Amino acid sequence: MDFLDYTLEELHEKLVSKELTAVELMESVYENIAQTDEQVGAFLTLSKEEALAAAKEMDEQGIDENNVLSGLPIGIKDNISTKGIKTTAASKMLEDFVPVYDATVIEKLKQAGMIMVGKLNMDEFAMGGSTENSAFQITRNPWDLTKVPGGSSGGSAAAVAAGLVPVSLGSDTGGSVREPAAFTGLVGMKPTYGRVSRYGLIAFASSLDQIGPFTRTVKDNALVLNAISGTDEKDSTSYQGDTPDFTEDIDKGVKGLRIGVPKEYFHEDAQEPGVIESVRQALDFYEKMGAEIVEVSLPHSEYGIPAYYIIASSEASSNLQRFDGIRYGYRSEKIESLEDIYIKSRSEGFGKEVKRRIMLGTFSLSSGFYDAHFKKAAQARTLIRQDFEKVFEDVDVIVAPTTTTTAFEIGGKIKDPLAMYMSDILTVPVNLAGVPSLSIPCGFSNNMPVGMQIIGKHFDEKTIYRTAYAFEKENDYHTKKPSFRGGE
Amino acid sequence: MAINEETVKQVAKLAKLEFDDSTIDSITKELDQIVEMVEKLDALDTEGVEGTYHGLPQTNVWREDVVQKGTDREDLFKNVKTRKDGYIEVPAMFDNGGSEA
Repeated sequence: MDFLDYTLEELHEKLVSKELTAVELMESVYENIAQTDEQVGAFLTLSKEEALAAAKEMDEQGIDENNVLSGLPIGIKDNISTKGIKTTAASKMLEDFVPVYDATVIEKLKQAGMIMVGKLNMDEFAMGGSTENSAFQITRNPWDLTKVPGGSSGGSAAAVAAGLVPVSLGSDTGGSVREPAAFTGLVGMKPTYGRVSRYGLIAFASSLDQIGPFTRTVKDNALVLNAISGTDEKDSTSYQGDTPDFTEDIDKGVKGLRIGVPKEYFHEDAQEPGVIESVRQALDFYEKMGAEIVEVSLPHSEYGIPAYYIIASSEASSNLQRFDGIRYGYRSEKIESLEDIYIKSRSEGFGKEVKRRIMLGTFSLSSGFYDAHFKKAAQARTLIRQDFEKVFEDVDVIVAPTTTTTAFEIGGKIKDPLAMYMSDILTVPVNLAGVPSLSIPCGFSNNMPVGMQIIGKHFDEKTIYRTAYAFEKENDYHTKKPSFRGGE
Repeated sequence: MAINEETVKQVAKLAKLEFDDSTIDSITKELDQIVEMVEKLDALDTEGVEGTYHGLPQTNVWREDVVQKGTDREDLFKNVKTRKDGYIEVPAMFDNGGSEA
């Protein structure tokens, strides 16, 4: 079965009408993976035995007609803890790590009846924008196998774009869902900070990390966000307010909606022309549909990258202290003293980029540099957040390109850390401000998909989905297939 | 140049990392470039601006003070490399010149 042809609701109907059983569906998933994933490299671990057992149980007890997700397969980024299934964060440090509990999102997906297919490749500890920082393998972009799928959730994106699974979960700290979604022509959500519990997500930067879904359509995405959202006693930073039904009002259209277009996100000379052109065409479309397009300014955008790299790396340097070679994770063989356990285990277990970030973070937090770096970045973060708050007094959503270019060549930026960091320039301000943002496909440039992000007010994912759905309904970019999956 | 080899060694010590002779040059150069980039913030006037340190302004999240089931003790040992008598066993460290400890 080719998932590229069906939405989650259509698959659900097939299961309910018994045109297809959950076991048949799951078997076809693994068949597809066996045929295709060698080229793509999306999966690190498959949980076939568990998935087929769960599917069998699902068939025996009957598919819940009122639960659209029951019996449907999902892929999970390998930094989300899955009980009894290896979870490595694509690091040698956690090569053999098997969690003893499920992340809250996994518990919720199980309650919704979804069945996990396996764990997906990523940049080590979610640090990177191309998935080339994985300690185990590279993942290729299904639209062009010589190009990166983006990162850090590159495996999650590639698996859905290649039609291996209809939906996957990723995590987004500075763009790690939206950038790969843009590079692979998918719908990818970074929810409002706090919307989705982080319990069981291997921590990178705790004040920025959010888990979000990759899907091919907007409604599919809203359905999965419905399932994973909500207050969690185990994550005190999860939002204490209510979770709405994100599909409600999705078809209300954009008439009368005010769409802000930030001038700082459109640099004709520094961005791929085809990307800007596609987003401008989408804006024309919105105007035609009755939305009001308003030019706005987010004046502190240029400080997003420096503030982000200080804050995220500082938090990472603290979070990654737990990897000490004692209780779990990699332990060096060359131990002669207590210091050796820490230093050798960490130096051998972490990859290059992770070490770079730990070093930058430790430096930024060290006495003498704390005020100039960490405190200054926190202040810049306030100004960036206020930029958004001010603009949202006047508009309902903000629309901008997700990335400055389409997917780049494998090997193109990996040797130049700064060039790689700059690929996040349009995504990090959203994480710093904590607001939600959805990337949707809005065109092609140089035969590669272009992503457009729709940014909303805190906890107003509903208006984002509504805006996205209005576009998807009248355009067909989401129906295009990569050539090696039968597209043109 | 903001970062030199000496700074890198000092920061590495704090971070419990080490870089051998073949990598110290490249990490020094890379960090120097990265620090130069982040110091672009110096140009920003932040006089009187409060810092943002959390993703969501929410404090004191309580739950009822009732006992809940935690993770099984035996489970918690599952990822331990070596164990002995109910403890995590680590390599001997004090008899082998572990003076830094």
